[in-house]
Amino acid sequence: MTERRSWWLPLRGIVAREVLRLVHQRERLVAALVRPLIWLLVFAAGFRAVLGISIIPPYETYITYEVYVLPGLVGMVQLFNGMQSSLSMIYDREMGSMRVLLVSPYPRWFLLSAKLLAGTVLSILQVYAFLLVAAAFDVVVPPSGYAFVLPALLATGMMLGALGMLLSSLIRQLENFAGIMNFVIFPMFFLSSALYPLWRMRESSELLYAICSLNPFTYAVELIRFAFYGRPEPLATAVVLGCLFVLLLLSFRAYDPARGFLPMRRGAPE
Amino acid sequence: MSEPVIEIHGLRYAYGKRAVLHGVDLTVARGEFAVLLGPNGAGKTTLMALMTGLFNARDGRIMLEGSDIRRDPTRVLGRLGVVFQQPTLDLDLTVRQNLRYFAALQGLTPRRAEERAAEELERHGLAERLGDRVRDLSGGQRRRVELARALLHEPTMLILDEPTVGLDLRSRRAIVEHCHDLARDRGLTVLWATHLIDEVWPTDTVAVLHQGRIVARGGVDAIKDSMGSSSLVEAFEHLTRTAA
Repeated sequence: MTERRSWWLPLRGIVAREVLRLVHQRERLVAALVRPLIWLLVFAAGFRAVLGISIIPPYETYITYEVYVLPGLVGMVQLFNGMQSSLSMIYDREMGSMRVLLVSPYPRWFLLSAKLLAGTVLSILQVYAFLLVAAAFDVVVPPSGYAFVLPALLATGMMLGALGMLLSSLIRQLENFAGIMNFVIFPMFFLSSALYPLWRMRESSELLYAICSLNPFTYAVELIRFAFYGRPEPLATAVVLGCLFVLLLLSFRAYDPARGFLPMRRGAPE
Repeated sequence: MSEPVIEIHGLRYAYGKRAVLHGVDLTVARGEFAVLLGPNGAGKTTLMALMTGLFNARDGRIMLEGSDIRRDPTRVLGRLGVVFQQPTLDLDLTVRQNLRYFAALQGLTPRRAEERAAEELERHGLAERLGDRVRDLSGGQRRRVELARALLHEPTMLILDEPTVGLDLRSRRAIVEHCHDLARDRGLTVLWATHLIDEVWPTDTVAVLHQGRIVARGGVDAIKDSMGSSSLVEAFEHLTRTAA
């Protein structure tokens, strides 16, 4: 006797829980908005005077630095959110709600993917909130860009979320999370095309340029940048989807019961 | 003895090089209230984790309701209710929101979830707390909500890992009593892990787990008799001191 189960119900349940949790964590929502806004309104304003941006695709005219940095900051919102989701997974694991998720009679890959999608939905909500505030300060993209960017955000959000999920399986305790800030978020953000175009980077250092061109976050940012202008970017799309696929497989493996629930194996309870 | 519902054979498990379970054999019959009694560090939590498929053992077999947890986790987990040692409720969400989430994880529709949540909470005397935030509930009430959560999908087996941890004596008694009532009324098969002997009722069966092995198994009286002890406490102390 095998009961037929709905796949939609648990998916909706998992997403709804994450959204409810976000609503209750106002500080998180505020932080997600304030962080990129400071970059946009303070850092970018000062930088604008120093840095000239020549016309590079997808831009067809001279742009202000704020406009250049917007996709990078959107990526930053998603990067932080992805890491925050991983933080919440570690927390869930310490608290026991991860166990509740994993004793659901659905396949583990499905549960983890649903959790990932839920995190991505949160990041997309935060991105649109940020874009709205940015627009209030006259930092805008073509109107159609706000729609074109949605599928890109889904892909980049899933990729960064999968990275967070993989990290969550490798980190034993909540306290170690500070390390993620220093060793994952900052290098990924600074060594990418988020703040300056890669050709600028190349002018100062070939090595830094090489590192930036190997950083998946660069491709996430470029995917978002091109999507804003309705321009396809096959390389960025391929890198983002490829990374998503590989990271997903690795996280499924890390959470596979046959190989041992990694953190449980090391941080053994009685 | 009626048909076995929980069958564990030759179960071994190690965290790296540290062996925790050394060939556990355990059978629990339908409708039985079995207490897995063991001191801290005996391997209770590991056994529970293996029974819920959190991770897999390389050696040994766990059959629940006739299905192997490793081969057919979907089928097993659909019939298994679990209460974990750690709290699993979201403190900032209401009781209803929490239960809805858990029901969704079991594939229940929102309407069915609402019905089942109301039924279970009614039983636990918490029906009017459905709209309250979990944070505003007492420790005993939260545990009862956890129990209600574990029963939403109407499992036939219920396993509990030290479910009274951190509760005062009165709440503990209430939970123990409540679970016995449930088992009796619904014919649930229960495996209750604890290190607290006063949670064992005379009608329960007991399995004593010590250093990763089952060192005694049977009714309370049978275990007392086999050890020539006048009380279960004495028998337990004897068993967990000598049989290493």
